Amino acid sequence: MKAARYFERRLVHSVALLVTISALAFAVSQLAPGSFLDEMKLNPQISAQTVAGLRAQYGLDQPLPVRYFRWLRSVAEGDFGYSLAYNMPVRNLIWERLGNTLLLGATAMVLGWVVALPCGIWSAYKAHRWPDRILVASSTLLLGTPELALALLFILVAAHFGNVGTGFEKSRSVVASVLRGVRIPAVVLALAAFPMLFRHIRYAMVEAWHSPFLQAARGHGIGNMRLLLRHALPAAANPLISLFGLSLAGLVSASFLVEVITGWPGIGPLFLEAIYSRDFHVVMAVVMLFSLFLIIANLIADLLLYAADPRVRAEC
Amino acid sequence: MLRQRKVGIALAIFVSANACLLLAGFIAPYTAAEQHRDFAYAPPTRVHFVDANGRFHLYPFVYSLVAVDDDGFSYREDPRTGYPIHFFVRRSAERHAFAVAEPANIFLFGTDGFGRDIFSRVLYGGRISMAAALLATLLSLLIGTLFGATAGHFGGIVDTGIMRVAELALALPWIYLLLALRAVLPLHLGTTQTFLLISAAIGVIGWARPARLIRGVVLSAKERGFVMSARGFGASEWYLLRRHVLPQALGIIVTQAMILVPQFITAEATLSFLGLGMNEPVPSWGNMLSAFQHLQVMSSYWWMAAPIIALVLMSTSYFALADVFDVERIGAGKSYA
Repeated sequence: MKAARYFERRLVHSVALLVTISALAFAVSQLAPGSFLDEMKLNPQISAQTVAGLRAQYGLDQPLPVRYFRWLRSVAEGDFGYSLAYNMPVRNLIWERLGNTLLLGATAMVLGWVVALPCGIWSAYKAHRWPDRILVASSTLLLGTPELALALLFILVAAHFGNVGTGFEKSRSVVASVLRGVRIPAVVLALAAFPMLFRHIRYAMVEAWHSPFLQAARGHGIGNMRLLLRHALPAAANPLISLFGLSLAGLVSASFLVEVITGWPGIGPLFLEAIYSRDFHVVMAVVMLFSLFLIIANLIADLLLYAADPRVRAEC
Repeated sequence: MLRQRKVGIALAIFVSANACLLLAGFIAPYTAAEQHRDFAYAPPTRVHFVDANGRFHLYPFVYSLVAVDDDGFSYREDPRTGYPIHFFVRRSAERHAFAVAEPANIFLFGTDGFGRDIFSRVLYGGRISMAAALLATLLSLLIGTLFGATAGHFGGIVDTGIMRVAELALALPWIYLLLALRAVLPLHLGTTQTFLLISAAIGVIGWARPARLIRGVVLSAKERGFVMSARGFGASEWYLLRRHVLPQALGIIVTQAMILVPQFITAEATLSFLGLGMNEPVPSWGNMLSAFQHLQVMSSYWWMAAPIIALVLMSTSYFALADVFDVERIGAGKSYA
């Protein structure tokens, strides 16, 4: 009962947050200098009347609150506004690309955690000895390597081996072509996420490893493997669950650039193009979708935390 | 002992990397805009000690380049005359660390499509990238300290309001936030304007984490005995903040700066890379790399990747330094979230 009330409160909080973001983003985007129609005005073949007519047709001549509520209605109807550049509802543009972005993100996420978890545990176990030092040093190097550099380096290497399989390409089967395409961006993204994941896991595990109850368990003669996985890991899981929600935000940020550079047909290139052409409804839709996505991810992380840790339950 | 050595190494790399950028005018053999149209896409110049006859020379020298054919951008060395590298020479009324006499050229990192020396451009571009990052960091820390201290000091509804906004800023993916902010600014601007606006836009997105940390410091400092006794002696609020509270936050501010600078270097590079930041002909690490992203350039002229090495070296030197200051907290500091 208490849990339901807690999550009801969180849900209301989240919805309020989303509405605030949308109002702010909309106001700022509409106050921006320049609009999609500015390019048209420069074209001598398009008359001023035509541009004015288009302005009226798209409702750009209406006051700000009216435009905002129209936009809200369009979101409620599932259209997410109207793209002026593509001349179609934003929904049609975003749907397929969102799938690609999520596919890439999920692959990278799984890859990152699968590599970082054992590395972090092992590093904590060997803390301050040479395997740990090498891992920490390489994570510092990776931390200092921006996604931009990582992605370019990977493509450089792939180009060197004449093997640039980025984006979708025609192949024998759909699955094979998707796997070929996702390979480079997913590895780059996973590498970009690795240092943060690794360091948090290592830190949490080191802390758990030196806690009194673990000393006691060791005194009972429990083997190291069981100590690590059965006793230390659950104790360290708490911050890692929050990290899961937070690392999603990092992944979403990093995935933008990686998509643009590797040519992955996700949300990133669409967003960039919308900024160049001032197609504001597309910009809005992407910002809102990712805000929603992150809020849901954090909500899920909190849910997991609630389920995993009785202390959190007591606080709520 | 080990820790001291680590600090020493990190500090040495950090100082020398920054000094190189600061002294770009001296170290770079050419200016950022100087074009050698006859030597577009020339590979890195090889520095020789042994000449064609197998004789060893104490002073390093280079050979002049000859184009093999007219349109292929391929060159070979002309081994008839060696041109010694002169150190600390005067060239066009300015002192340079090294240079060679005409007609030979010294392109340590090769040249780009306009025949501009990439080594010089990396140094000059680094100045721009670093200046933007430092300016943005300053702004971020200023806003962060101001909001954090206000929230911590006044508490109540001010605190709640500021911290809600900070949560929001932390929850959104920074690159989308930055690009959305950039989308609001006019696309085409003058160089100085672009520089200032870009730095401001980058600085504005990074304030939330320092604000949260500084709020924590202020909150705990308020309750410390010596602060309360100073208040009891009649110290003014401003005096307390300046003399007692903010000095406690100094450690956090420095660490945050070390973490923010490399992130902001990346942010500037990203914007310029996408054509939304510094524009040609002004060099920046980002816009130098945007020429590199074309597959043909990438596969034929690998030396155009030089800014990547500069980026990685610079960011890593900051992270490494922050790392030796404060080993465990740093992972949490990468304000991705």
